[in-house]
Amino acid sequence: MRLGLTIDLDTCVGCHACAVACKEWNGESLMAGPLPDYDAYSKEVSGVWLNRIRNYEHGTYPDTKTVNVPMSCLHCQEAACVTVCPTGASYKRPDGIVLVDPDKCMGCNYCAWACPYGARELDQNAGVMKKCTLCVDRIYDEKLLPEDRQPACVLACPTSARLFGDFDDPQSAVSRASATRGMAPMLGDLGYKPVNQYLAPREAPKIAVNADLSQKKSLAQLLRDWTGLGAKAD
Amino acid sequence: MRPALSVIFFTVSSGAGLGLLIWLVLGVATGEVPPAVVLPMLALGMALTTAGLISSTLHLANPKNAWRAFSQFRTSWLSREGVLAVALYPVAALYALLLSAKASATLTTVVGLALGLLALGVLFSTGMIYACLKTIPRWHSRLVPASYVLLGLYSGALVALAVIACTGGDSARLIVWALVILLAALILKAIYYLRFRVPQTHFTINDALPLGKKTIRLLDVGHTHGTFLTDEFYFKLARGHALLLRVIAVLAGFVLPLVLLLMGATSGLALSIAAMACLLGLLAERWLFFAEAEHVVRLYHGAARV
Repeated sequence: MRLGLTIDLDTCVGCHACAVACKEWNGESLMAGPLPDYDAYSKEVSGVWLNRIRNYEHGTYPDTKTVNVPMSCLHCQEAACVTVCPTGASYKRPDGIVLVDPDKCMGCNYCAWACPYGARELDQNAGVMKKCTLCVDRIYDEKLLPEDRQPACVLACPTSARLFGDFDDPQSAVSRASATRGMAPMLGDLGYKPVNQYLAPREAPKIAVNADLSQKKSLAQLLRDWTGLGAKAD
Repeated sequence: MRPALSVIFFTVSSGAGLGLLIWLVLGVATGEVPPAVVLPMLALGMALTTAGLISSTLHLANPKNAWRAFSQFRTSWLSREGVLAVALYPVAALYALLLSAKASATLTTVVGLALGLLALGVLFSTGMIYACLKTIPRWHSRLVPASYVLLGLYSGALVALAVIACTGGDSARLIVWALVILLAALILKAIYYLRFRVPQTHFTINDALPLGKKTIRLLDVGHTHGTFLTDEFYFKLARGHALLLRVIAVLAGFVLPLVLLLMGATSGLALSIAAMACLLGLLAERWLFFAEAEHVVRLYHGAARV
């Protein structure tokens, strides 16, 4: 199994709902939470987030597109964060999810150094590393309705930009989506083989500009057009 | 990378201690070290190493789990370093016992060499902790473990010379070796600095976000103040500070000891000054090693290249 997400950069509107849902769910969950905030009501507000959304401009004006990129753990197949961990707190499950065991973590930050995607953040209060759990405490919970057994970020996304599934199952929604529109892996040269897939933004269709609209008309011409008076007879 | 003082002190202090242990066992095996100095040198080497190791635990957010760091030696250089460092203690104790009991020279030498190899292993592991990270291109280089080993041997040699001179002994061969190692370390560090004197392009923002060939520019990073990521990976080094520290690193770390050794300094005071200058220079060198290293996660925060 290779559980993971596809994130559609075409439909993501950068609303941060996924990050807020993640913070909310994991703030209560026994797996990662609580996720602390530091100086929450000051100008220097900071805190632990397992998902962060950054906005980029792709292209050169006027031919540009805004691309919103939510980033959480990509659950790499060759997860360097796991191999560098000296305590064995970081581990990869048979279903592909990379987790931190807070009872073993000594808070040395070494795994965060090994992660190219900034997916791990230290919880200064608990002294342990926190990361996306792919909501492992939701997706296997049989008390939830089957449609609710998905990560909180996926359920929260208002544009359905996020899909959850097993990449080893060619029929899964994530496999089909990434087969048609999958992007090259981020920093693929590192060889970490991230499981999560981003779907590339498509080129916006070129709409021809009406030549008439682009020409300024004189006031007299506008009057003639509006009244129909003085128009040339065809 | 954020230069953590605890880690900087650890690598410099332990580096000198481990280097001192290596020179000690070589010196004992060749009869170069005056017998009266052997046990004090062993104690000093272990003390410097221990001070560094204790300092290294200060940067842990959850030190109560530090004992677990000995478990993952099959994959983690940090774990290997811990295992080798702890293995030093029983071997050093046995070595001290053999030396004070005036046991057979062969046995003493064998145990001494084991101690030296362990010390070398710790130095190499420390270098590999940094060199194995592909996410920090400047560190992902053979130069890094080589310089950790050489700088450890170099600072250890100067400390050994100072200790021997302070107790009224002298060691002409060790001075020659110190000079050789000094020059080798200086050349290695010069290569490191020259190689990275210009901005590097190991990865670009287009590698980080493979959207296509068009330019990519960060519009908004999504947070108003710093985060764990900006604290840890965004150390902003002022150009003036970098230059000043590099001058300190080269002048105090290498040039002053080189001049003193070439002038034929043999007094305890002069060699102690050389050793202290070397350690000060290495602190500056180590601070720069961290402060100048760029992590690829900077690309997602808008850096065009790393």
